[in-house]
Amino acid sequence: MSSIVWSLELAPGAKWSGAIARGRLVRFTALEAGANVSMLLYNADDKTERYNMPDTLKAQYTSHLTKGHVLMSDNGRVLASIVEDGLGWHDTIGGCTTREATAAKYGTTSFQRERNDWLRNGRDNLAGELVRCGLGMRDLGPVVNLFSKVYCDEDGNTIFVPGHCPAGASVTLRLEMNALLVLSNTPHPLDPATAYPSSPVAIEVLPADPVDPATDPCVLRRPENRRAFENTWSYFALLGQ
Amino acid sequence: MTVFIHKESERRPDEALYDHIIPAGEGWMRDLRPGQVLRIVDLEGNQAADTLFYDAENPEDHYSAVQTIAGQQNIYLTTGSVLRAESGKPLLTIVADTCGRHDTLGGACSAQSNTVRYAHETLPMHNCRDTFMLQLAKRGDGYTKRDLAPNINFFMNVPVTPEGGLTFADGVSAPGRYVEMRAETSVTALISNCPQLNNPCNAYNPTPVRVLIWES
Ligand SMILES: [Zn+2]
Repeated sequence: MSSIVWSLELAPGAKWSGAIARGRLVRFTALEAGANVSMLLYNADDKTERYNMPDTLKAQYTSHLTKGHVLMSDNGRVLASIVEDGLGWHDTIGGCTTREATAAKYGTTSFQRERNDWLRNGRDNLAGELVRCGLGMRDLGPVVNLFSKVYCDEDGNTIFVPGHCPAGASVTLRLEMNALLVLSNTPHPLDPATAYPSSPVAIEVLPADPVDPATDPCVLRRPENRRAFENTWSYFALLGQ
Repeated sequence: MTVFIHKESERRPDEALYDHIIPAGEGWMRDLRPGQVLRIVDLEGNQAADTLFYDAENPEDHYSAVQTIAGQQNIYLTTGSVLRAESGKPLLTIVADTCGRHDTLGGACSAQSNTVRYAHETLPMHNCRDTFMLQLAKRGDGYTKRDLAPNINFFMNVPVTPEGGLTFADGVSAPGRYVEMRAETSVTALISNCPQLNNPCNAYNPTPVRVLIWES
């Protein structure tokens, strides 16, 4: 774990987007308790292909993500696998905050008044990065909220679990395709905390070991995962990569 | 929120301004003016009507599962549910429901997701995203695959467990059950009447649905 290719400390309220090659690990670490990073993923080489929440959940019979799960694209391929996870649950259905909801919950702030201490929101952060990458509002969809837990009771009510993420918690993705990641370090919209939650998150990119289809837990988790990996390997075989 | 608010509609089919049957596997795309009411009828029971909505004044603002869920803090849809766009704007409100549960998380089948969920050999099978894309192609207006957000599956039952599992349960619908919704703004509705032949939810037998529209 010595060969860190790149790292960044994503400050509370900050956003980031960038392409990361297949065969690399991305490790997210909450530097304080109560982190939340809203994440979108696209195929960096063909941005019409993107993370698809329903396809991911249906194929793996899950409503949440943890180690062993994969993030599937809307073209039946694996964009990323979760290879390490200290938390056991990352939210897929909560969405991200908006400017209106952020102001209603934590009070109205503006750059004019608070300068860079004004309270950023998930949708504006993601929208700006999407436009920078040649995409737009129509490309917004369900995010993965790393570090947050939301479960549904028997009646379908969505319930946020406070205290789920301790300081130092980490989750590691392995990229199976060249992926554009779009990130926003903004509070989970269902977090009941009355003070704007803010935890810096460290992001480190490292090389991954090659995937061994015979032993890899993400490939072997379900026959569905294996077929999605096979679709992914076919895609790169056709490209000669 | 609640589980199921059973509410029958007063509206009579012979007073509808529009009445149409969508056969299994076919698509349908049409604009609704503010106040117009759309009813979708599950004619033979346990058929999934995969449905998307767009703000007709700003088609880049599509129906959003997560905004809809967040707005009511519940994943299921029934009478009173407000269907929201990605911007948070209310698109439609469900005003009657005799089914009991409508899915927000399952999305639409596609050729590619069929290969993942069932078998590589299912690639040529007809699927909902092909239907959506054909409707978008015929419509023009700049719609592309980018506009295919996670959709509503009316009449489909996809329960989520408190432990974080997701299951496909037998349908709660039955012949003649319907859902009715009022457009809160100018809305474009897009339906794929699902042709899925691999799913036991509909007894491997896709069937027609009926759509009716009334003036307010
Ligand atoms: Zn379908």
